Amino acid sequence: MLKFTLRRLYQTVIVLLGVTLVTFIMVNVVPGDPVAVMLQKKADDATINRIREQMGLNDPLPAQYFRFLTNAVTGDFGNSYFQKKPVMELILRAFSVTGTLAVLVLAFAIILGVLMGTLAAVFRGKWVDRVIMMISTLGMAAPSFWLAIILQLVFGLTLKWLPISGLRQPSAYIMPSVALGMIYAASLARLTRTNILDAMNQDYIRTARSKGVGEFFVVAKHAFKNAGIPILTYLGTLIKSILGGSVLVETIFSINGLGRLLVEAIMKRDIPIIQGCTVYIASVFVIANLLIDLTYGLFDPRIRVAGPAKR
Amino acid sequence: MSIKANANVQDAAYTSFYHDAFVRLKKDKVAIACLVFIVLLILVAIFAPLIAPYEEGYQDTSAILEGPSSKHWLGTDEFGRDILTRIIYGSRISLSVGLIAEAIAVTIGVFLGALAGYYGGKIDAVISRIIEVFASFPHILFAIVIMFVLGTGVINVFLAIGFVGWTGIARIIRAQVMQLKEKEFVEAARASGGSDLKIILRHLIPNCLSTIIVVVTMAIPSDIMYEASLSFLGLGVQPPVSSWGEMISMARKYLRTNPTYSVFPGIALVLTVLAFNLLGDALRDALDPKLKNL
Repeated sequence: MLKFTLRRLYQTVIVLLGVTLVTFIMVNVVPGDPVAVMLQKKADDATINRIREQMGLNDPLPAQYFRFLTNAVTGDFGNSYFQKKPVMELILRAFSVTGTLAVLVLAFAIILGVLMGTLAAVFRGKWVDRVIMMISTLGMAAPSFWLAIILQLVFGLTLKWLPISGLRQPSAYIMPSVALGMIYAASLARLTRTNILDAMNQDYIRTARSKGVGEFFVVAKHAFKNAGIPILTYLGTLIKSILGGSVLVETIFSINGLGRLLVEAIMKRDIPIIQGCTVYIASVFVIANLLIDLTYGLFDPRIRVAGPAKR
Repeated sequence: MSIKANANVQDAAYTSFYHDAFVRLKKDKVAIACLVFIVLLILVAIFAPLIAPYEEGYQDTSAILEGPSSKHWLGTDEFGRDILTRIIYGSRISLSVGLIAEAIAVTIGVFLGALAGYYGGKIDAVISRIIEVFASFPHILFAIVIMFVLGTGVINVFLAIGFVGWTGIARIIRAQVMQLKEKEFVEAARASGGSDLKIILRHLIPNCLSTIIVVVTMAIPSDIMYEASLSFLGLGVQPPVSSWGEMISMARKYLRTNPTYSVFPGIALVLTVLAFNLLGDALRDALDPKLKNL
């Protein structure tokens, strides 16, 4: 386990380096001078050149990357061109909003998805199963941004039950969480159903049943625990997709989160924010994935000894 | 002589595998319905000028933001353009994204995956890390940043979505090639003097074909959604070209005046994604049940 942990840590560092490099290369191949953008073409060439020099933009690219990297490690992504504030400050403020939303989305998706998937598995082939599977198939095809608009139309404009935008009251979190979480709840329901059905065919379930364990406990204790690992594996991808999907939902509901910060920075060509947000979000995913890999052992003692199979 | 005979036996096994899969697929009524829907959609996209009730850019100034009527079945938008017409033309964008972007993703993914799986060792370690790095960015976010780099436009949407979607298939092909390269037929090909490149192109990749078909069918709906999302954010296909995502984005401003404006392009999107999803599921069951957890 220790060897596995160390190897995983080493890989994580390499991947994080790669993430910063890819991001740096992408934002630096964009045509156009960031300083000219920043000064909005109001300055003469000499001024632009002086500022470029001050910001180190005249240095060779490898030197610039190295500086970006060493600063990024200490949590310094430079200053925003337009807001004149440290990028990290803006990111952290936006992330507290996106993070809350992401936790709610995750909770909604996991609770609904696992519950529905378990119900469908228990009532396999019955109408309960069919209805749940039909809804989840539809749920997987509905894009979050469209679902969000339909929810606004129904619950905001027509029924007037929920606020259409912003996050001024707790009930305002409901629509964004449902809109973004539906697709994940749907795929979790299908995943849970498949895995519980698989687990139910295993020998240890037959043993448990023959011991006289009630059906409820068979599902709750044995099947559920063994169906947990694929769901845990899916969790990393889920976190990544939610952080990505928040871009759309935040735009629709006028939520000042990370996604909206990024999209607005792109519209204004505010490179330090684009760079910072991209690296930050990817790092959240990479670190979450590391933590997930290290917690497999808690679920499955076989892994505790041998280390997880390479996915 | 004997080699040739052997090849024929292999060919027969090969075709009968796809034949069996096709027989299995034909029994699946849902899959056939989806296939019919997709074929119809492709025909609609190709013959859009013949099918659409109006010309693509035609503006009926006497009917601005109207709901469904006999003149405009699905209503009109803020310029008096017929929504049905725009949805029909929008199918062109969605389907070509599915086709072109996925072709780009598959080319990169299969190539890198096969190299990593075939050579193993250091090459595998490097490619695997590259895959992990690119898989660390949420797809939509990465596509947004690429659109920022390339600038908006239809071709750039294809490139961005293609470049975002290759990591999944690379992983799967890598794992498959790793298993396949231990098989006798690969050894035989090597013994008869086949170069690495020839073994990969002629033997390993064709043997991954069923997986590639399944993965591609399952990836197309995501690509369609990414295009719609990019265009929705204003970073993808630009007006006046019709795209379902762009239409939904515009409709958002007129939720009060014409609520159905936002509903119809969304339904088109949901039905298309649904058809590809269900077809993908059926193909997977018929061709490659091992990919269940995909």
